[in-house]
Amino acid sequence: MLDDFFTRAIIAGLATAALMGPIGCFIIWRRMSFFGDTLSHSALLGVAIGLMLHTNQTLTVFVIALAIAAALYGLRARAQLSSDASLGILSHSALALGLLMVSFLPPSQIDFTAIFFGDILATSTQDIYIVLSGLVIGALILKLIWRPLLIATVNQDIAKAEKTGTSRAEFIFTLLLTMVIALSIKIVGVLLISALLIIPAAGARQIAKAPESMAILASFLGCLSIIGGLWGSLEFDLPSGPAIVTMALIIFCILLGLKEIARMKDKQDGQR
Amino acid sequence: MSFLIKAENLGIYGQTHWRVRGVNMQISKGEIVTMIGPNGSGKSTTAKALLGIIKADEGVVHRKKDLKIGYVPQSLTISRDVPMSLERFLQLTQSHSASDIADILALVGLSKMEKKPLSALSGGQLQRALIARTLLLKPELMVLDEPVQGVDFAGEIALYELIEEIRNSLQCGMLLISHDLHIVMSRTDRVLCMNGHICCEGAPASVMENEAYISLFGPKASEFLALYHHDHNHDHDAHHHDHHHHHHSH
Repeated sequence: MLDDFFTRAIIAGLATAALMGPIGCFIIWRRMSFFGDTLSHSALLGVAIGLMLHTNQTLTVFVIALAIAAALYGLRARAQLSSDASLGILSHSALALGLLMVSFLPPSQIDFTAIFFGDILATSTQDIYIVLSGLVIGALILKLIWRPLLIATVNQDIAKAEKTGTSRAEFIFTLLLTMVIALSIKIVGVLLISALLIIPAAGARQIAKAPESMAILASFLGCLSIIGGLWGSLEFDLPSGPAIVTMALIIFCILLGLKEIARMKDKQDGQR
Repeated sequence: MSFLIKAENLGIYGQTHWRVRGVNMQISKGEIVTMIGPNGSGKSTTAKALLGIIKADEGVVHRKKDLKIGYVPQSLTISRDVPMSLERFLQLTQSHSASDIADILALVGLSKMEKKPLSALSGGQLQRALIARTLLLKPELMVLDEPVQGVDFAGEIALYELIEEIRNSLQCGMLLISHDLHIVMSRTDRVLCMNGHICCEGAPASVMENEAYISLFGPKASEFLALYHHDHNHDHDAHHHDHHHHHHSH
């Protein structure tokens, strides 16, 4: 079954989108979408270093993203800069450093389109195993940190005053986000990863009434985007990464529309 | 008297200066302590250091062993981005039975609002929801940071009555932080008047007459207590409040 490139693409895509759902929810709740962006931009540097050292690129992307996350905490604490400004420095510096590194490589070794927009259709059997183990590990970790992380998200001071073990949960969440980015570079590429984290979660926010249902719905909408995007990519010969993100956008717009219609109906019922 | 929480020589340094320094205070079982002071006087900072939310740069905090704390932060700091019903929010850190939740909601005047999304509550309702959440925890010490912020005047009196009722039924210690003077003062066992340090402390009546208090809030501030004094009728036999006046070199 894994012989077919399309089947491999679907499996890898679904596994990544499923894990991205709840993580994307936390990114929205914690207002850290720029943080996700910065980590994904740093992936270019990770890929370039991986190519230079002839090692596994998922690993180098993970390590570099971790280093960037550490640098962010350092900058925020020492340089008297807001997270926003610190992220602005790191995001674009990481991108620039990545492009510099790439310029040292022979042009034949690097496929810019694949790095920026992903190449899900080139998913190998080995990639599938990596992504699937990532999904299992990620889901287990999320289950463990869910409650303390949710408390810290609603209010950090309550979490600290009532001793709910939050700093550790927040640290682990950063690791998890880094891992997801490293795993999904191949699928949507450096530029579009945070779109796939945020858009399905934002769609789920329109109709969900509880944090857990929003997380599950976000996973589901992400999977739907993968299937729809891959179908479009095959049917109309579109680049797969952008097709997936566009599909996610369409789903988001539909949900937003549905919510507006429901609101108008409520309003009319209320007037009667 | 045995204390719930006690700070010795507490100091917190900001980016350029000491936000508070040399704070000695303690809260005992069943006691309502109010911290008053102008904006930026270090009230919230002191409370946060006391609770371990921020690290103190100087001094130590002692807690009673396994002290159960309920913290009511300023309502503006609650994120409403997470979709959540009121019922779910009340169980943020701990699960409770549906009947307990219904009882508490009735007590704080939010009956039958269990299913209402947190984002749909008004400022005053959210404030009461925050208090309800800590009540369900049955804390030994409740810390309330500006509990009447964003609440209208009638609601303010009702909230303070609620707070006093809670203290009487739970017999917990309470630390109230407030920059408004009038109602707070009359319902308090002991007042700490802050401005980067503790300027003066004692029973409300004695603090009102203190020169440090008057210089901080103006002579008008002494008149507040008289207005509400008739409300102040708790049992004071168990407590004895000395009136301290700290001298500082600046």
